[in-house]
Amino acid sequence: MDIFMDFGPVIADAVNRAIDDLVIRHGDDFEAFSNVMLAVLVGIEGWLRSLPPPVVLAAAAAAAYAASRRLTLALGAAAGLWLIGSLGLWQQAMQTVAIMGVAVGLSMLIGLPVGVLMARSDRVRAAVLPLLDLMQTIPSFVYLIPAAMLFGLGKVPAILATVIYAAPPLIRLTDLGIRLVDAEVLEASRAFGATRMQMLFGVQLPLALPNVMQGINQTMMMALAMVVIASMIGARGLGETVLLGLQRNDSGQGALGGLAIVALAIVFDRVTQAVGVRLQSRAARRG
Amino acid sequence: MALIEVRGVSKVFGPKPQSALPLIAEGRSKAEILAETGHSVGLREIDLDIEAGQIFVVMGLSGSGKSTLIRHLNRLIDPTAGEIRFAGDDILTYDIKALLEFRRSKMSMVFQHFALLPHRTVVDNVAYGLEIQGVGKRERRARAEEWLETVGLAGYGPSLPDELSGGMRQRVGLARALCTDADVLLMDEAFSALDPLIRSDMQDQLAALQARLRKTIVFITHDLDEALRLGDKIAILKDGALVQVGTPADILLHPADAYVESFVRDVNRVRVLTAETVMKPPRLRITTENLDEALRQVRASPHDFAYVQTADGGGYGVVTQEGLEQARRSRTSLKDLTHELPSVQPGQALEEVLPVALQSQFPLPVVDESGELQGVVTKKAVIGVVADQAEARAARAEAAEGDVEPQPSEPPAA
Ligand SMILES: Nc1ncnc2c1ncn2[C@@H]1O[C@H](COP(=O)(O)OP(=O)(O)O)[C@@H](O)[C@H]1O
Ligand SMILES: [Mg+2]
Repeated sequence: MDIFMDFGPVIADAVNRAIDDLVIRHGDDFEAFSNVMLAVLVGIEGWLRSLPPPVVLAAAAAAAYAASRRLTLALGAAAGLWLIGSLGLWQQAMQTVAIMGVAVGLSMLIGLPVGVLMARSDRVRAAVLPLLDLMQTIPSFVYLIPAAMLFGLGKVPAILATVIYAAPPLIRLTDLGIRLVDAEVLEASRAFGATRMQMLFGVQLPLALPNVMQGINQTMMMALAMVVIASMIGARGLGETVLLGLQRNDSGQGALGGLAIVALAIVFDRVTQAVGVRLQSRAARRG
Repeated sequence: MALIEVRGVSKVFGPKPQSALPLIAEGRSKAEILAETGHSVGLREIDLDIEAGQIFVVMGLSGSGKSTLIRHLNRLIDPTAGEIRFAGDDILTYDIKALLEFRRSKMSMVFQHFALLPHRTVVDNVAYGLEIQGVGKRERRARAEEWLETVGLAGYGPSLPDELSGGMRQRVGLARALCTDADVLLMDEAFSALDPLIRSDMQDQLAALQARLRKTIVFITHDLDEALRLGDKIAILKDGALVQVGTPADILLHPADAYVESFVRDVNRVRVLTAETVMKPPRLRITTENLDEALRQVRASPHDFAYVQTADGGGYGVVTQEGLEQARRSRTSLKDLTHELPSVQPGQALEEVLPVALQSQFPLPVVDESGELQGVVTKKAVIGVVADQAEARAARAEAAEGDVEPQPSEPPAA
């Protein structure tokens, strides 16, 4: 006896129809949106690639030093980028940084307000949490397919897929950071007649900042982890290098791409961690 | 009209607060209401009048509703039932805008754990209330620096709160509250987190500031010594209900019930009570120089002696009826008949009055600053205060030894 009902085709058909419908009805909107994002991305990418590498190295070192006040980290950051260039992957790395930058920016644009709303209302939180779980557990290919259908192959769906995958930690940590703000301090603010906005920008967000920074750090790392997968739908960059190695059965090239991704990840990780640590210890006076 | 009037305020915490109100009206206990409805009673039918310029102390054990009560006064918490008026205005009718304005200009607050903004410098913490009100940076910093100086923290403006000791942080908290120049200062266990020595420093500083500023201060504490030291009036809360409101002397001399008694029993009353609190109305005072008239007045009075002013500054002495009768024959003046008496100030502690009173044959005159005779302190009254406490102590010791009577509940703990 067959105890199973045959849902599969029904659901699949429904999803297909919904996506088709979206494409037909809102295709233009998606294209418009896609074009805006593409313009931003191409602008950033072009700018990064046009910079002379020594300038980029110096900027990375300066940023690392500003974040940590440690010379070793500054030198390490420059060395990491130099390594990538020496592997012959400079242009690809700049493409990856551009995609990651836009994805992280978009994640913050979405993640910070959502995190704030979650911290403010238990109901919003209850509704959003399962969605975040879903975003993090669902294999990215599942949404890469419709994303590619809606936006076409290329950079934009790659960025959206990256945002879906990478935004949840920022949202969670923003919510957590705000909830962990000392209740008495918040009450003091209220007692002096602060409005909700004054409480948010004067107390909650500044005090949640170390957690928010950690969220940004994690979002960056996850975005970098997505580059290989994103390259499958046409994003250029280091992921493409790895993908090509895979397709051509060229382990050597794959290894180079992998090494470059790791180097990039370490540089970004250490620098953003250092920012977080300094915020935490509040050594940085008046931000 | 009192500045702050609290009328019939009850507060219930839980999903359906209204449902517990009838049970409160029936006088059911907090524990019963919790067991029956799952609602926690924070306050029950509180009536209070807080006069302008007073330090009004609210005292009670942990969980008795002190914090809940004080947060009603600036509507950080809204009551389940009842009315709260400020200067005659029903503050519960305020909309958001009026409420914010009320909190900004009328009320300020000092917190147990200081509640300073850790990411801001000391001066910006003090200026916080003004910043909320939109006062410009330069002006608010200038005013904040002034208050920092007043609380003894001049020069600490650029520091971060983390770099200060507990006592200093609470001074910042106090300066922040004073900086908005609000009428009312709400202080929720403001000194409870401090070491005893620093705490008594802060109490002195608050008393000194208050003598100058004459704010209305609602001060919460679980420490009776602190309450007695600072309070013009003391209200005692138990399980959300008000058990007694009165002057420190009222509370010490006439505790309303065993709960209040448990607070006051270990207080050294001789040290806390002043001459004023046990003073009797002035007895016969003679102002005439005429001996015959004086004798007539003494004879007509129930006592056989009378008080006579001996010096303009407020020196007093007594003349006896016997002395007057003899003097009429020997024609001495009233002044020569008078026995000088040491006088006592109204605010003097009984501890100091006691030895003098024991030595004196007559009740001691209590003389105020302007040299007026306010009343007299009898030996009996002073001894009575000591004896009462000794008796109570002995009774407790006996009870404890025999282990027959249940012990009164423990004195309030931190
Ligand atoms: N937000 C709240 N939710 C539920 N119960 C509360 C809440 N706030 C206070 N209570 C209850 O009200 C009572 C009084 O609390 P509180 O005013 O903090 O006492 P105190 O300040 O005297 O220690 C306590 O029994 C407490 O459990
Ligand atoms: Mg409390």
